[in-house]
Amino acid sequence: MIKVTCRKLRKTFVQGETQIKGLDDVSLSIEKGEFVCLSGPSGSGKTTLLNALGGLHTPDEGTIEIDGDVISQMGASELADLRLRRIGFVFQSYNLIPVLSAQENVEFVMQIQGVDSQERDQRAKAILKEVGLEGMETRLPAELSGGQQQRVAVARALVSEPALILADEPTANLDSATAENLMQLLENLNRKHQVTLVLATHDTRIMGFARRQIRMQDGKIISDEISSGSQHALRGGDPLTASHQEQDF
Amino acid sequence: MNIELRLAWRNLWRHKKRTWITVAAMVFSNVLLVLMLSLQLGSYQMMIDNALGLFSGQIQIQHQDYLENPKFRDDIVHPQGLVNTLKQATDLETISSRGVTFALVSSASRSYGVQVVGVEPQSEPLVSTIPGLIIEGRYLQASSSKQNEDPVAEVVLGKVLARNLKVGLGDELTLLGSGRDGSFAAGVATVVGIFNSSLPALDRTMIQLPLDYFQHLFASENRASYVVLNTPTPLELTQLNATIAELLAQQRPDESLQVRDWDALQPGIRQAIQADLSSAAFMYGVLILLVAFSVMNTQLMSVLERTREFGTMMALGLKPWRLVKLIFLETTMMATLGMLLGAILGAMLTQYYHVVGFYYPGMEEMAAKFNLPERFYPDVTWFATFIGPIFVMIASIIAAIYPALKIRKLDPISAMRAV
Repeated sequence: MIKVTCRKLRKTFVQGETQIKGLDDVSLSIEKGEFVCLSGPSGSGKTTLLNALGGLHTPDEGTIEIDGDVISQMGASELADLRLRRIGFVFQSYNLIPVLSAQENVEFVMQIQGVDSQERDQRAKAILKEVGLEGMETRLPAELSGGQQQRVAVARALVSEPALILADEPTANLDSATAENLMQLLENLNRKHQVTLVLATHDTRIMGFARRQIRMQDGKIISDEISSGSQHALRGGDPLTASHQEQDF
Repeated sequence: MNIELRLAWRNLWRHKKRTWITVAAMVFSNVLLVLMLSLQLGSYQMMIDNALGLFSGQIQIQHQDYLENPKFRDDIVHPQGLVNTLKQATDLETISSRGVTFALVSSASRSYGVQVVGVEPQSEPLVSTIPGLIIEGRYLQASSSKQNEDPVAEVVLGKVLARNLKVGLGDELTLLGSGRDGSFAAGVATVVGIFNSSLPALDRTMIQLPLDYFQHLFASENRASYVVLNTPTPLELTQLNATIAELLAQQRPDESLQVRDWDALQPGIRQAIQADLSSAAFMYGVLILLVAFSVMNTQLMSVLERTREFGTMMALGLKPWRLVKLIFLETTMMATLGMLLGAILGAMLTQYYHVVGFYYPGMEEMAAKFNLPERFYPDVTWFATFIGPIFVMIASIIAAIYPALKIRKLDPISAMRAV
């Protein structure tokens, strides 16, 4: 079942008198449970595509469908609901709420969703344990390392069981070892929870963790391929079934 | 606890110093408001009590034209009957009747035109403080109840008038005036007491003599100019007023009698209060406005420095109105803290002055003008304690509208890029 479909997306930004093409005729299809890496140099359009998929940017042209719902035509309120219930975000700078503890940050989205406190507590504790932060539930973000904060952000994105997780440069502020740990975590979670994961990065160290790699340049997709073997696969794991070739719509 | 309440409370203490400075501004203005309002309201009540208690009373029953044009002939027939009826209807004993006219009073060496007031010596102390303000001699005594005996010709007068007339206790005064029937009224009365009301107008121009002697002297037997009434519960004045008006309409429909409360009798008091309140209200308004701007500044800074955080929350699916709610919650919490601390400290300070008295240089002038003591002893009341702080709280919450509106215009992406 196709979960995410983009057709002929265009997005232009105006900076002074210059027009910058954020997305230029981008078409893409992502299946449920896929782990996709968007890569390319700065300004290639990967973050713009990620934001468009998350309903944070409305494309000038083209359509985006998630589970058959055309999100590119939704209003601000519907998009907020969509983000709340079906999309999880992991940001480059973790973006945790500094006055809330690790567990409260993880529970935040569930609270907004109206999940009852007992269930919230159970799910938050379980996911924090899963990302390796057991015993750190009451710590504030300032009391956690960068890697730990990003794990909390991953737990926050995952805990409400969204259909799609969008991660924008999640390892940019992490050292190599922590970045690799995080990517292994994301890969494991992707396999275990069958959550669709789209990650934007220009960090070559982590691109190999994704089974599908889409390269962008000047707002266009210049390649879309399934890697011959992800780092996970090289380590002997079971890659999910993925049947992508470079596609045109 | 609700996530928004928790967030609001913790956000408030993110910058403890800034929050405390803003709360301190609220507390300072609230303490000032509580104390000043308590003093003001206390002084008004004292002004009313003293001015009315001294002589005019809280309610008078008089001929309908008497207030505008106090003619001797516009009087009440059988005042004692009316007093008895009123006592029955109101359960009050603090009722007395008076006759009032003007006459020339002469001592051995000087003459002055004065207001002559005939009072009932036994009930006058219940409606006026003048009998208690005798500084020399004694107050008037009730006449003998024997039928054919002449009324006692005695008089008390203000200390300034006594000085001007150069009379003392035991001296005689000659009274010359017109009787109710137009006849020539003349009599001689002995000075038995001198009072000091501290109100120059009264001390200089008023003499009091027994009502029966007054009636005898001015040919107004069985008549009085008005009946005066005091109540220990001034808050029920309106109800009392209505009861008496109804009673008069039923029992004395043909006499054109009218009930007048203190507001009608002494409009100067209300005018003085209103003038004072207006100037004070302006000052309070400025104070509240300054606090509101301080709150707006704090909340604006708080919103600006959390733009990125708000962007994240919006990206996670929080709708802008919930962020607006968060800002109002934070402001309400801060304002409630300021209100409670301000009200408590303000009440404590008021209580302190209630015990030791409040005084400032130059206060004696105003105090003398309204026959007030030189120190105020303000009471702690719910109204004075909370009305100012509640206004500060409302103004603070209104001041949060502008910062809150800034949130509504946020776009998650650009907000998350904010430094």
